Amino acid sequence: MARMKFLCDAERCIDCNACVTACKNENEVPWGINRRRVVTINDGKPGERSVSMACMHCTDPPCASVCPVSCFYVTLDHVVLHSKDLCIGCGYCFYACPFGAPQYPKVGNFGSRGKMDKCTYCAGGPEPDGSPEEFAKYGANRLAAGKLPLCAEMCSTKSLLAGDGEIIAEIYKDRVRKRGYGTGAWGWTTAYHEGIKV
Amino acid sequence: MAAFWGTNNADHQARICHSTTVAGVANTWGYGAMTNSYNDIRNAKTIMVMGGNPAEAHPVSLQHILEGKELNRANMIVIDPRMTRTAAHATEYVRVRPGTHIPTVYGMLWHIFKNGWEDKEFIHQRVYGMEDIRKEVEKWPPDEVERVTGLPEAQVKRIAEIFAKEKPSTLIWAMGQTQYTFGTANVRASCILLLATGNVGGFGSGANIFRGHDNVQGATDLGLDVTTLPLYYGLDENAWRHWCRVWEVDYDSMLSRFVDKTFMQTAGIPSTRWFDATLLPKDQVSQPDNMKAMFIMGHGGNTITRMPQAVKGIEALDLLVVCDPYPTTWAVLSERKNGTYLLPAGTSFEMNGTRTASNRSLQWGEQIVKPIFECKNDYDTMYLLARKLGFADQMFKNIKVENGSVSAEDILREINRGGWSTGYCGQSPERLKAHMRNQSKFDLVTLRAPKGDLEVGGDVYGLPWPCWGTPEFKHPGTPVLYNISLPVKEGGGTFRARFGVERDGVSLLSNGSYSRDSEIKDGYPEFTLSVLKRLGWDKDLTAQEMAVIQQVNPANPDAVSWQIDLSGGIQRVAIEHGCIPYGNGKARANAWNLPDPIPVHREVIFTSRPDLVAKYPTLPDARQFRVPNIGFTIQKAAVDKGVVKQFPLILTSGRLVEYEGGGEETRSNKWLAELKQFMFVEINPADAAERGIKESDWVWVTGPEGNAKAKMKALVTERMGKGVAWMPYHFAGWFEGVDQRSKYPKGADPIVLGESVNTLTTYGYDPFTGMQEPKATLCQIRAA
Repeated sequence: MARMKFLCDAERCIDCNACVTACKNENEVPWGINRRRVVTINDGKPGERSVSMACMHCTDPPCASVCPVSCFYVTLDHVVLHSKDLCIGCGYCFYACPFGAPQYPKVGNFGSRGKMDKCTYCAGGPEPDGSPEEFAKYGANRLAAGKLPLCAEMCSTKSLLAGDGEIIAEIYKDRVRKRGYGTGAWGWTTAYHEGIKV
Repeated sequence: MAAFWGTNNADHQARICHSTTVAGVANTWGYGAMTNSYNDIRNAKTIMVMGGNPAEAHPVSLQHILEGKELNRANMIVIDPRMTRTAAHATEYVRVRPGTHIPTVYGMLWHIFKNGWEDKEFIHQRVYGMEDIRKEVEKWPPDEVERVTGLPEAQVKRIAEIFAKEKPSTLIWAMGQTQYTFGTANVRASCILLLATGNVGGFGSGANIFRGHDNVQGATDLGLDVTTLPLYYGLDENAWRHWCRVWEVDYDSMLSRFVDKTFMQTAGIPSTRWFDATLLPKDQVSQPDNMKAMFIMGHGGNTITRMPQAVKGIEALDLLVVCDPYPTTWAVLSERKNGTYLLPAGTSFEMNGTRTASNRSLQWGEQIVKPIFECKNDYDTMYLLARKLGFADQMFKNIKVENGSVSAEDILREINRGGWSTGYCGQSPERLKAHMRNQSKFDLVTLRAPKGDLEVGGDVYGLPWPCWGTPEFKHPGTPVLYNISLPVKEGGGTFRARFGVERDGVSLLSNGSYSRDSEIKDGYPEFTLSVLKRLGWDKDLTAQEMAVIQQVNPANPDAVSWQIDLSGGIQRVAIEHGCIPYGNGKARANAWNLPDPIPVHREVIFTSRPDLVAKYPTLPDARQFRVPNIGFTIQKAAVDKGVVKQFPLILTSGRLVEYEGGGEETRSNKWLAELKQFMFVEINPADAAERGIKESDWVWVTGPEGNAKAKMKALVTERMGKGVAWMPYHFAGWFEGVDQRSKYPKGADPIVLGESVNTLTTYGYDPFTGMQEPKATLCQIRAA
């Protein structure tokens, strides 16, 4: 079984926000919720780098470890999903997540949180694949249709890669070899507890 | 449409984008377009971006640039006043003062010539007038370059050496070179740098000029332009007669539509000057009356400089028609109440037809959805208008219209029938549709399909022009212009012999350089029937071709050239003999017909360095494009008044990745609007601190002309150097601090509104093209 992963090649990311826009449009993510976003460090200074960030679908997902209602589950492709029917919007997962992935709509006065929303790897949720109920709660289920997440598919520079971890690691290894300078796939070691050996 | 209406006052977006590129590049080596392609940048060893931020303006191009950088371990040098998203990926970033492109290039050439790094063989064989450049370059030793540009000698020398030695090198540019009063000269300087280092006409090299809109290359090519009929034929009688033959319209009847023959052959009023033509006293506008009516189809009002003047201009018009998917700035900017019409236009997704990309490739686009609501596509709108104006039968004589729906295929066929000058003749709808069907067969880097393929074998994707001869001739298109390593038949070529055969006793034809398999092993002039006869090749023309040539000019068929031979026979025969129809000439380092034949540094009109104006003034006042250009007077007044003391910051402008052009469509898209919700000005932390401005504070920015002011947010960032401020140009809907949302028709207001940078931009026009100067003016910023 394939092990699905994301890899953002920071040498390639140009902060064009194509991934963000693709995600928003494909999943009808409302204004104010950011399943994916581009973070730029050292903005405007030498060494500036941008990285596209979303849920990394961790090997040992800390969100799931802290969830008081056990709303998280991991698919056979190792995509980390959750049930909005179970979620109580407590925000624990937000504190646990090293990537700031969980998002919450404001649903009431005093900024009270609604049910958590995050990147689904374009793989929907617990409802039947491709059903209107699934789309309403979680957005598109491209994976069930044999397609990869749209953010990666639409990346302008092929910086953001999605797919079987072994294959994208191979693509990235190949790039690093050709570039002739080191690796540094952002977030990879945090999410998957391993580096990419070149 | 303009021709039948009897005016040359028809212009398009590229006036303010690449008009200077087209003029400068075409006057150097023949055609004013990207010489190579985005994909070909993967072959470069040195990639230099001077005056462009493709990471935001052309994001997908970065795929090619960054892969090139990685695969070839290529140098990527970015020269820009702003540490852009593109610069973040550079191997070397060079921060330069806005408006000093020519001194920067001459600074590089100073080192190149001094150290003998130039490509002597290339210059000898293929370049005219490089000696004149050497003389000018001598005026730019390192200390003068540093005084004017701010660049230290070591850095200039380093990039010069890399560019000259680590070849192939390509030079990429966009508005950072073009949008100046000396834009044409800037672009010429870039071409000269490429010529001096032998970096034109090969894979991985060339002038990679990035065009900024879907089909803006096509709009340029098809002569939606005040200076020329379609495909660069110009406006002289020969040009009119050629197109009248193609359109099958009587020349005299066309002539009768114009005021007189002089008007028919005089360039019109460019989009940058329309309000001057409306507002100036009648005696200062060289036409029977002021501009009274405007029909605007898909052009933002906020992308043109001097918006406060435009407001007055809009109010002074008798008739204003806005044909666009959105009402745009035109509709809401002024207090105009009557005589304004909004025509709903469909988008490009709602129509069939070709679009030409930056690299001269044509793509056939299929309609994705039918026009929504009461929208019409552009062809149908024009047909309906032509019908009202009474010339639809003539205008659409060879274009099928069924139930009010115009055939996109027939439009392309008409272009094919007349587009010989630019090689727009071989790209038939059938061939282009075959390319779309077979997209996967074309190589990512060479853009070629395998030779053996039945449908598209050997073709270059989209048949980039020139695609010579008739569609049946099956020319594959030209992936790289002026490339002598290929036979013309396979997309090779030479520099165009466009400027005569000799000047002051010096030959303008190439010196022993020729494209592969050419039967003439030296330079040669452009082909006419008489040239074919002299070579004895006229016998190769078929009887049918000969008959058409006779018809084109019954009085003197010998004078019929490759450009006006409607049979394509002259092109075919020349190419069968390995020769290119337009001749084998030298590129011109000295372009004697331009205001500055040798590029000369000139300060911008509102310069931050008045001390340099005495030595580097702008050109004297003159009349161009039917209106006066008083740049010199304005520059002098600004210097005399010490404007820079009151407005000490340089203001430059550019693009955001989230929005496009005037931004009406993109600011109406909720996903994009969320990403950039406010108009802002980028300012250096030191400049901000001096003014007590913190990140995200509201600020007033004021400009030096007409008490211009604009309110926006501050983005405090080291991306800007001290003394330079930057603004995006996509915003509109606020004017001088006032939100104009209530003036939009209900439901048609974009989600995000903001001040336009062009409320603050100032006077300044390139004498050769009418290009505006939004890339460098002055401003002051204070906390609001």
